[in-house]
Amino acid sequence: MTFEPADRVDQVPPSGIRRFFELAEEMDDIISLGVGEPDFSTPWSAREAAIASLEQGKTSYTANRGKRELRERIADDVAERYGLDYDPDEEILVTTGASEGVDLAFRALLNPGDQVAVSQPCYVSYKPGVTFAGADVIDVPTRVADDFKLTREVLEDSGAAEADALIFCYPNNPTGATMTEAELRPVAEFAREHDLLVFADEIYSELSYEHDHTSIATLPGMRERTVVFNGFSKAYAMTGLRLGYALAPPEAITAMNRIHQYTMLSAPTTPQYAAIEALDNCESELREMREQYDRRRQLVLSRFDEMGLDCFTAKGAFYAFPECPWDDVDAFAEALLEAKRVAVVPGSAFGVGGDGHLRVSYATGMSDLKTAMDRIESFLADQ
Amino acid sequence: MSNRKDVLAVLRENARQSNADIARQTGLTEPEVERIVDELESEGVVKGYTAIVDWEAVEEGDEPVRATVELNVTLDRETNYIDIADRIAKFPQVKSLRLISGDYDFDMEVEGDSMSEVSHFVSDKIAPIPEITQTVTHYIMESYKEQGIEFGDGNDDDRLSISP
Repeated sequence: MTFEPADRVDQVPPSGIRRFFELAEEMDDIISLGVGEPDFSTPWSAREAAIASLEQGKTSYTANRGKRELRERIADDVAERYGLDYDPDEEILVTTGASEGVDLAFRALLNPGDQVAVSQPCYVSYKPGVTFAGADVIDVPTRVADDFKLTREVLEDSGAAEADALIFCYPNNPTGATMTEAELRPVAEFAREHDLLVFADEIYSELSYEHDHTSIATLPGMRERTVVFNGFSKAYAMTGLRLGYALAPPEAITAMNRIHQYTMLSAPTTPQYAAIEALDNCESELREMREQYDRRRQLVLSRFDEMGLDCFTAKGAFYAFPECPWDDVDAFAEALLEAKRVAVVPGSAFGVGGDGHLRVSYATGMSDLKTAMDRIESFLADQ
Repeated sequence: MSNRKDVLAVLRENARQSNADIARQTGLTEPEVERIVDELESEGVVKGYTAIVDWEAVEEGDEPVRATVELNVTLDRETNYIDIADRIAKFPQVKSLRLISGDYDFDMEVEGDSMSEVSHFVSDKIAPIPEITQTVTHYIMESYKEQGIEFGDGNDDDRLSISP
């Protein structure tokens, strides 16, 4: 008897960013634009609420679905921000990061052999998650010509009409693309026509700089077929606290909670106190972080433009996704790291459609960001 | 108007940036930024630019002595707060002067080369002003945060260098 990975684990390749991570970790004094999380710390009042809860000994499990107080706040918050209407008792599940929610939804709602259209480039966990659930991936590569928005055309071209479900994320990691309500409408129409479940990862919803975020669940006929994932990591810089939530009709949440109650029991307690405080009192910090990201975004896009690096106008999250001037993107990223000590991530790590591009995160302080831009410019000039 | 607000926000974060960098962050052109900064300065919206210094970190012993001084005043028909403030604010030793609510009237920050210089300044120049009824001087012993900037070692970025 030996430890052999189960087939569904064996099928999943190791993370594409792993090798690059190891290269970068070995070097000192690099400026990393390869980080997929905020550079800010969690707003202090949220941290203090977490500390206070610890001092008061509030360290037991919470309800499986999360503290009721938190679910009520979430319901109010998503209603106010996005016009979403979810019942805190039946339709909200607090999860250990939005990632857990995605995994739960796949496992609770997909059957072996089901097909999931995965809009790409995308966050690295969707495709493995589909595989772990025993379902199959249909690759849906969005195109730079569409500014990496999901369109009816790419859905049709990739055979998504045959799918049972569709997953996408806007504002998008890794491209920084966003979608307006008008642009979401044809996607919603497609989902209704082909009776698809929709998994909408909206973790970056608060980081949309040129238009308000629209949740696809607010479009006609979508609420009943959509699971929305969101959380506190990106908006409130709480990545390490691991707290997210899923919004969906009662049948979906009940099914997801059936796995969650046995495997996770409840999301961690301390962050739930931080999250309540974040929703109650951290709006001004959220606004300040968003303004800073936006200034950095504009700086990065301007600098790329000036140095002749083609890049579509990313309008959300904290990423720009320029075209790589070399055919071999991995080689470019490695050479940039070696020569100039700036880390970026090859777009190919984020699935089909990402090749030929670089993910540049601007979740980095302004002065480092400027230095990194200078270094990239001088690297390009050296070629 | 919102362009002015954008430029002001960038200046408040770090005034020591080139007009080109301010332009890149705000979507304005460099000449537009130059014009807006000129306007902000000439209209007196932006009064000046200064460095925020952590004197603890300065090696040479030229750390200034600083004190906040509570001032109580009495007003009469001919004298109002502005009249008194104008007289006090003229002294270069006075770094800030604010009218505040509460137990006393003015909150004055004074800077000097030594404690005796500061205390002499308060007793010789401020206390004798006829409207001033009381002064209470608090010497600043240590500064932990100034103008929104925290002192100390700061937080190292302990994020993974690459993450999804």
